[in-house]
Amino acid sequence: MKKRAGIRSLLAGALAAAALVAGANMALAATTYIRGNDSDPETLDQHKTSTISEAHLMRDLYEGLVIYDAKANVIPGVAESWTVSEDGTVYTFTLREDARWSNGDPVTAEDFVFSFRRIQDPATGAKYATIQYPIKNAEKINKGEMDPSALGVRAVDDRTLEITLERPTPYFLELLTHQTGLPLHKASVEEYGSDFVKPENMVTNGAYRLVSVTPNDKIVMEKNEHFREADTVAIERIEYIPFEDRSACVRRFEAGEVHSCSDLPAEQLKSIRARLGDQVRTPPYLGTYYYALNTQNEALSDPRVRMALSMVIDREFIAEEIWSGSMLPAYSIVPPGIGNYVDNPPQYDWADEPLLDREDKAIELMREAGYGPDKPLELELSYNTSENHKNTATAIADMWAPLGVNVTYNVRDGSAHYAHLRDSDDYQVARAGWIGDYSDPQNFLFLVREDNTGFNYAKYRNPEYDALLDKAAAETDLEKRAEVLAEAERVFLRDTPFIPILYYSSHSLVSDRLKGWEDNIQNVHATRFMSLSE
Amino acid sequence: MTDLATNVSQPPAAGAAGRSLWATALMRLRRNKAAMASLVILLVYIFAGIFGPMLAPHDYARVYPDFVKVPASLEPYPRMDAVLPAAESTARRARLEARNIELDGNTLRLEATSRREIDPRVTRYFDRSDLFSNTHIVERSADGRSVLLESQVERYRFIFGTDANGRDLFARILISIRISLMIGALATGVALVIGVAYGATAGFLGGRIDNMMMRVVDILYALPFTFFAILLVVFFGRNVVLMFIAVGAVEWLDMARIVRGQTISLRRREFVQAAEALGVSAGGILRRHIIPNTLGPVIIYMTLLIPKVILLESFLSFLGLGVQEPLTSLGVLISEGARNMRAAPYMLLYPSLALTLLLFALNFLGDGLRDALDPKDR
Amino acid sequence: MLGYVVRRLLGAIPTLFLVVTASFFLMRVAPGGPFDRERALEAKVLENLNRVFHLDKPLWEQYLRYLGNLARGDLGPSFIYRDFSVQELLASGLPISMQLGGLALLVALVFGCVLGCIAALRQNSWVDYGVVAVATFGITVPNFVVAPLLSLVFGVWLAMLPAGGWGGGSPANLVLPVITLALPQIAIVARLIRGSMIEALRSDHVRTARAYGLPARMIVIVHALRAACLPVVSYLGPAAAALLTGSVVVETIFGLPGIGRYFVQGALNRDYTLVMGTVIIIAVFVVVFNLIVDLLYALLDPRVRYD
Repeated sequence: MKKRAGIRSLLAGALAAAALVAGANMALAATTYIRGNDSDPETLDQHKTSTISEAHLMRDLYEGLVIYDAKANVIPGVAESWTVSEDGTVYTFTLREDARWSNGDPVTAEDFVFSFRRIQDPATGAKYATIQYPIKNAEKINKGEMDPSALGVRAVDDRTLEITLERPTPYFLELLTHQTGLPLHKASVEEYGSDFVKPENMVTNGAYRLVSVTPNDKIVMEKNEHFREADTVAIERIEYIPFEDRSACVRRFEAGEVHSCSDLPAEQLKSIRARLGDQVRTPPYLGTYYYALNTQNEALSDPRVRMALSMVIDREFIAEEIWSGSMLPAYSIVPPGIGNYVDNPPQYDWADEPLLDREDKAIELMREAGYGPDKPLELELSYNTSENHKNTATAIADMWAPLGVNVTYNVRDGSAHYAHLRDSDDYQVARAGWIGDYSDPQNFLFLVREDNTGFNYAKYRNPEYDALLDKAAAETDLEKRAEVLAEAERVFLRDTPFIPILYYSSHSLVSDRLKGWEDNIQNVHATRFMSLSE
Repeated sequence: MTDLATNVSQPPAAGAAGRSLWATALMRLRRNKAAMASLVILLVYIFAGIFGPMLAPHDYARVYPDFVKVPASLEPYPRMDAVLPAAESTARRARLEARNIELDGNTLRLEATSRREIDPRVTRYFDRSDLFSNTHIVERSADGRSVLLESQVERYRFIFGTDANGRDLFARILISIRISLMIGALATGVALVIGVAYGATAGFLGGRIDNMMMRVVDILYALPFTFFAILLVVFFGRNVVLMFIAVGAVEWLDMARIVRGQTISLRRREFVQAAEALGVSAGGILRRHIIPNTLGPVIIYMTLLIPKVILLESFLSFLGLGVQEPLTSLGVLISEGARNMRAAPYMLLYPSLALTLLLFALNFLGDGLRDALDPKDR
Repeated sequence: MLGYVVRRLLGAIPTLFLVVTASFFLMRVAPGGPFDRERALEAKVLENLNRVFHLDKPLWEQYLRYLGNLARGDLGPSFIYRDFSVQELLASGLPISMQLGGLALLVALVFGCVLGCIAALRQNSWVDYGVVAVATFGITVPNFVVAPLLSLVFGVWLAMLPAGGWGGGSPANLVLPVITLALPQIAIVARLIRGSMIEALRSDHVRTARAYGLPARMIVIVHALRAACLPVVSYLGPAAAALLTGSVVVETIFGLPGIGRYFVQGALNRDYTLVMGTVIIIAVFVVVFNLIVDLLYALLDPRVRYD
């Protein structure tokens, strides 16, 4: 009986309280930033993270040697300065004296050494260990061939950190902005083991400290008073809310319940933009949406077929109509705006030709390869479930029809789709996408290296291509290196193991009240640079 | 579902009396207006599902790239004021510069120039567009750098609008009715066969075997159904038919329980015992006497199971695991519509109406059948 | 009675064991694994991960290990929430799902009974048709349409209630999800009550009660409703088990931290341990509620007795 009475009064109070909630939100809003995130983190242990939503959290909790500012420029973080040896392989960082952990401890070079060793230790099971492979011996340690203490990271003294690389790596500083380059509070990790991520145990050195984590509800952070620039941090408290359902975030944004959404339903973008105007942000993003072609497949082993399939795709239509203008047509694999690249990056030489002329050429190529309306090519197109992937596939199948290509679909959930791509030899065409981890063409071109078994869905094998990438890796002159990489991309486009379709844009909804959110190609937005106005 | 099992009385064996019972039931069903209306609606749906896609003005898989997400309207597309901008953009795609465009009834005249000599085949850019047909060059300047084109404007009606790929929603609803009905019928049919056979066997044999068999049903009940359904999609994702046969194969539990209850009470009846005394084999008794007499509640249950399966399919569609392109189902259309409900409400409205009406009809027919087959309710 | 309950619960143990076994192997037959995502992993990294989670062992060994842990009450670590164990996730989510489901059940019972009674007492009137039509409508509109619509109308346009979120369980945040969950249940309960109520009103004991001159309202409530409750009880058993263990649609659309979505998230991401945990919870609920139904039957129908 008692319980029932309680429930009844709950119901009675519901409507009355409804009015109060709006008011309560207002009062909190001045200091609390309610931030929509793509999903819950898999973990807050930075060494085990791999998703973009986790990267957002890490950026607020920790500070690396170098960091991205609001515009995604690399600026000094914990390191106030650094020097690079003549041959580009030894970086010596000087740490700030006032860098502090959230419990008041100073951030020392040893914390970095501990962290860099931990991520390469096979026992950690870090998904992103490969990012830091440029560090000397990292790969061997991660593969269990060497002891973690052999890593090329050394604490010269408390405030001096020396990192030795395998070979010169022009984008190494940028790699250090990644969550895999963040320090760990050695004492608390050693004390609590894997429980160091629990809010009551977690010690961080960023602008915020962890207050609470409730899966599928929210992650709360508050300003870290020990942060070296705490007085410049305007937002006192952040509540990260995971949104599996993108439309739900838009509704809550419109209801004034969240200040920003990290992703939007692309199919609704036009109507959202019509309602919310400039609060919708869709700047270019460092990523490419492509179809992988299995080059081991009999029909697709013919580069003419692959080129023909690429030629007839009306990318403008897909970008504009299917993705509501939220993506850009792609005629190359390396997205524009990337760092360390040539001024005029290669693209398909037919990119500017009228579509129907392209179609004629493509039909001709198919005919040479032995296919046409009288001898149709049966292709199976695999994609992972999503409204927009489905619409894109439908549109592309329709564009391929004039070539005499009959498409059947194979739709699976994400796990099954990617497992199929990795393990099976019998897929033909498959949707995939790649978001760059760092702003360098190498991060896109390495996808189809023969030895890249994880990502080379095309099973593309071209020694000439691999040799160009090796040559670029050995080249220390940035301009020459860019030229070699461009040469490699030209080979890529000639052979088309992947069909680049769209360059990604990031889709965010940012309240007018939220200041300091700068659009950038990396889609990084550290809360410490933002403020909330009334 | 126990209420069905206990409430519906047991008709006597097939024969004169049985016919008269079915006849009375039919008579009573006829008097039930809601049920009769439902029956008519259902027949219309079945007709629409079988023949609709053939009779529809557009093919359900035909993509109209120029008419993506156009709202439902009785007026034909393109709208007159949309023709000129469309002609201009088509000209741009053909690398032509439109100088002067005019529309005379359904005939479009376009003067265009180019910096290079114009290939006479530019007309196909217009013909390829959904808006224009029969494009030809009327005049061509001497240097070949300017032309006068004439083209017919095509008109299309999309009474329910088009979807995100520019396919006619009306045609898609018709094909989705076919698929949804097929899914419902298939799964229900499989559930029927397994459920009736299993339930009748268990009820007829009784004793320890019955206990064992019902124990298995209990265990299957405890297995979460959603989990099953998701795994089935993962296994049979490419094949709707297989998938829903599989769904039917797990949906027979209630059916088995109902039939078992019926069988147990039938088994005590004189005509069954008489048949046994005459030495009719167990299988014969099951086939000739038991199963035909459980038909009433089974039919009622079927009319309730079909909606359940259709709704299950729509739940799977919400998870993105529904029927695959280019086919579609009501569930897929509704979940697409739910995503677009603000920008394109018609994408949600019409499929939802189609589904609601269908489920209404099935539910009322089920109610009507229950009343008609229940002799207590006179 | 107590002996019966104990016997039934003991009898459920082999059932649960079989459910666990079947789900374990079904889950493993599904293609893909917990580490297959958009971002592929390098072979070596994958190997490290599989070792950390014992996925490199033969399947039977993993199964035995799982059973062993289960016997100790350890459901293992989650793959998609690596900072939490499955127990922790279920412990934090289950109360929320139960709260939502329980409220929805209560709302469904109250409204369903009232509507069903009204319809039955005014059989074949417009009131009756209206109730039946509305009730049928409640069943035919999928909840993934109802949920965003409610959120849009009451959260965004009218701004009366939060558009989503748990808000620490504040009553305002509960209203829309509970309505969404309750709608189809109200419809079903109303129809069931109406059907059996009509029958009960015609039955001998109600007729007898009437003949004795008992007041009409008493007859309806005490006699007819009590008899009419039986089919509702047998329906609500499994329905309650399903409602209390959460709804993926409602939890996803309203952003609620219940366990309903762990089930689907887990299955789609091949989070083996999380799926197994939810499967066990649901199976336990089904078993318990079937038992409750049988006991309620004994309570409501004097003819049924368990000794």
